[in-house]
Amino acid sequence: MELTRRGFVRVTGAGLAASSLGALGFGPAQEALAAAVRPFKLTHATETRNTCTYCSVACGILVYSMGDRAKNARSNIIHIEGDPDHPVNRGTLCPKGSALLDIVHAPTRLTAPKYRAPGTDTFKEVSWDFALDRIARLLKDDRDKNFIARNAAGTTVNRWTSTGMLAASASSSETAYLTWKVARSLGMVVFDNQARV
Amino acid sequence: MASLAPTFGRGAMTNTWQDIKNANLVVVMGGNAAEAHPCGFKWVIEAKIENRAKLLVVDPRFTRTAAVADFYAPIRPGTDIAFLSGIIRYLLEKDAIQHEYVRAYTNAGLIVQEGFGFENGLFTGYDEGTRSYDKSAWDYELDEQGFAKTDDSWKHPRCVINLLRAHVARYTPEMVSRICGTPQDKFLEVCALFAATAPPDKAMTCLFALGWTQHSIGAQNIRTMAMIQLLLGNIGVAGGGMNALRGHSNIQGLTDIGLLSDQMPGYLALPKDGEPTLESYMKTRQFKPLRPGQTSYYQNYRKFLVSLMKAVYGDAATAENNWAYDWLPKLDLPMYDIIRAFEMMNNGEMTGYICQGFNPLQAFPDRGKIRKGLSKLKFLVVMDPLDTETSRFWENVGPQNPADPSAIQTEVFQLPTTCFAEENGSLVNSSRWLQWHWKAADGPGKAQSDIWIMSGIFHRLRALYRKEGGAFPDPLLNLSWNYTDPADPDPEELAKDMNGRALVDIADAAGAPALRAGQLLDGFAQLRDDGTTASGCWIFSGCYTEKGNQMARRDATDPREQGIAPNWAWAWPANRRILYNRASADPAGKAWNPAKPIIEWNGRQWVGIDVPDYGPTTKPSEGVGPFIMNAEGLGRLFARDLMAEGPFPEHYEPFESPSENVLHPAVRSNPAARVFADDRAQFGSPQDFPYVATTYRLTEHFHFWTKHARINAILQPQEFVEIGEVLAREKGIAQGGWVRVSSKRGVVVCQAYVTKRIKPLMVDSRATHVIGVPLHWGFTGQARKGYGANTLTPSVGDANTQTPEFKAFLVNVEPTTAPVA
Repeated sequence: MELTRRGFVRVTGAGLAASSLGALGFGPAQEALAAAVRPFKLTHATETRNTCTYCSVACGILVYSMGDRAKNARSNIIHIEGDPDHPVNRGTLCPKGSALLDIVHAPTRLTAPKYRAPGTDTFKEVSWDFALDRIARLLKDDRDKNFIARNAAGTTVNRWTSTGMLAASASSSETAYLTWKVARSLGMVVFDNQARV
Repeated sequence: MASLAPTFGRGAMTNTWQDIKNANLVVVMGGNAAEAHPCGFKWVIEAKIENRAKLLVVDPRFTRTAAVADFYAPIRPGTDIAFLSGIIRYLLEKDAIQHEYVRAYTNAGLIVQEGFGFENGLFTGYDEGTRSYDKSAWDYELDEQGFAKTDDSWKHPRCVINLLRAHVARYTPEMVSRICGTPQDKFLEVCALFAATAPPDKAMTCLFALGWTQHSIGAQNIRTMAMIQLLLGNIGVAGGGMNALRGHSNIQGLTDIGLLSDQMPGYLALPKDGEPTLESYMKTRQFKPLRPGQTSYYQNYRKFLVSLMKAVYGDAATAENNWAYDWLPKLDLPMYDIIRAFEMMNNGEMTGYICQGFNPLQAFPDRGKIRKGLSKLKFLVVMDPLDTETSRFWENVGPQNPADPSAIQTEVFQLPTTCFAEENGSLVNSSRWLQWHWKAADGPGKAQSDIWIMSGIFHRLRALYRKEGGAFPDPLLNLSWNYTDPADPDPEELAKDMNGRALVDIADAAGAPALRAGQLLDGFAQLRDDGTTASGCWIFSGCYTEKGNQMARRDATDPREQGIAPNWAWAWPANRRILYNRASADPAGKAWNPAKPIIEWNGRQWVGIDVPDYGPTTKPSEGVGPFIMNAEGLGRLFARDLMAEGPFPEHYEPFESPSENVLHPAVRSNPAARVFADDRAQFGSPQDFPYVATTYRLTEHFHFWTKHARINAILQPQEFVEIGEVLAREKGIAQGGWVRVSSKRGVVVCQAYVTKRIKPLMVDSRATHVIGVPLHWGFTGQARKGYGANTLTPSVGDANTQTPEFKAFLVNVEPTTAPVA
């Protein structure tokens, strides 16, 4: 019988594994013990395959959440571990990856758009519409004022240098592509990501 | 990556993580993989156990990687080129190179123009006024047909190998030791270990990271090692390669997609002012082969560019408007990099700045300058899952962030985004694998995805331009946006855009229908330059085909367990796992190492465990070189005009250094590095700041994120610096004692970790002390409040990439008392 390590965890966790445990060389004592163990709590969770958000080793991870993805159920991530089937990390995670659950649920996760007005010393919660309308207005005003359609020699250059952007190199490639399209269509050239540092 | 592309043709890690296990020698230099990439580093241990490989570490600190090494040699920060040039000298002198490989696969035998030379620290063509070179002499001598002249006997005095031999002659073991502080006997042992991998069946892999890039000569650090790997025949083979261990989870992807000032997707260059028309842009990008019959794959450049423009602008990009070439912004400078951006901010030349998952107040050099720059903006937009220091730069939190909010007129938006676990999408890992991931839950509260936010800004801007008009709105109004939900495009739709599709029915060369309109492409070989195909990132073509999402593949089968796993996810280009794998075989097509072949010629075609990085039926007798992106088809020991400071690497001191440049005192630091006057005024002298500092990362933390995660904040709760025992004794600093660390730019007060891991080095007969400055703290999150290492670092970058010199600068350190709580 061939079992992946993850499959092994599942099978034993579900308490269905007497025969497969036997096949793996476990004696009767262990079989009895395994049967007595309360079914593994993750067997009730939804498993989602993901990639560790930190470094470029890109370890495979399994994210476990409660909630069955029904329309009116909100999923809650309860556990993250290494993906044993992943050919690079083979289930292992480092001190950062092992603590991924704590970054997902960090108390300093942002939960609402906030705005700090000039000269003030606090953030105030605002609506998305307020934030995005105001940002679009500020971007357009600056672009209209400082866009360089032609350089001193009269050559068409269509660049905008007075507003810049740093893109996120932990965001997905799909986010990156969409971001590139928007930034470049505006003529933005002050534009970088963490690869610069 | 600005050194691998000029050397090999592509700027990316060459091999896979698992392939490290095939090495005979693993060299870790300019990195600390055991701490920074622990789960990748496991393959080094595998190499040691399964392949009896040796691990060699060269580093200023005795790191955790060094702790499991077979051999460790110390080095002064910022002197790697001297060290590695000494190794090149040794290999050439002892004739410990892989001759047949070097002769057939590198430009060793190509003849360089007569005008090229090097004298007193400068190559031909230097202009002190502009701090740049006229590089016209940095090239080959061409024959009447425009091909490079070659002397395969290597007798010609100006063939590359002889110029290289002359160039490195100065780097004797005595000189290396004098510059680097590495004891001569240790250096020579390193040389011997390197030399042992010259036989065709022996491989050395090199693992490096920011320890090489973050210098004013960063790109040349890497190039020097890349040249060594060519001389030893270690590129393209199992267990070999130049393995750039990249940082963030998708830093490779963002580089691939060109989210850099001067880049477009797929390593196409953003045009410059001097290229006002498409034809003028293409003129320098014809990539005519420099030797007969070479692939020179960038001859297809126009197909990649036209397909990109069709993907971005759809029907609005036409042959008549030169595929909307005018709509692309043109650069009047080499690039608007981050150091320039903050210089412009400080000069009042910028209005707004958007930080998407980026924390420049902690991550950029000279925090004081960063804070001042942000204070001069009219508006700052921060999109992040976390409460970053940058979004609170205006807040007065005491010495860690002194500010007067009433005097700062910047409007600041803090926009909550979802994180990795709350989205679908792909990430490109260090070894170029595009791996798909799935959403497990919604984000907290009102958090939204970056895609939703960028789309929201885009639609609002487009509506405003439609209503009010304004500065050149055409590109914005015509931006292709064919998504099912325009307000929140599905990542799968965006992935298909990058993969590319046929726009009309396309017939093959024989006239038979090959592609129907709308069909997803199988790969970049199907791209065309007549506007009938679209692809948003040509190198990703093949990642999402009619067979489905190739990035989501999960078959971990690994032929011969050689570390390829060809059906797990998808790798660019064309699912090739080992770049330049043609070079794993000899010119006749037999594997150099019969125990670990990658591809071999079977008489009709190339077969093996990886997709050939080569024409699949190109015969060995055709003499096509293995470096198919290079116009010569060869790996470059001589980089032509592709590097800012020279076609050969040269040792230049860091901009803040305790030492003169003993090779050429008049040219101390990188002569081609750009230095702004105000930044230069902020360089300290060794009289005031006598110790060399180097910043680094701890295994418990990732940049400035994990201080927000409870467990990591507990594991490494507070800012500290690492000081050697000798210096601590000299200065009266106790273990755990408080110290004041200062540079010309700022002060950090923290506790000292007195260590045996850093020992004084004898540099030019003077004892030189190095101080380690881990960088993870700030004033938000759950760890204790800290300043951040970049309070101290200098604002100067590499001449090619402008990556800041975080790894070698000057500080002073004095004992002090604990701050009042």
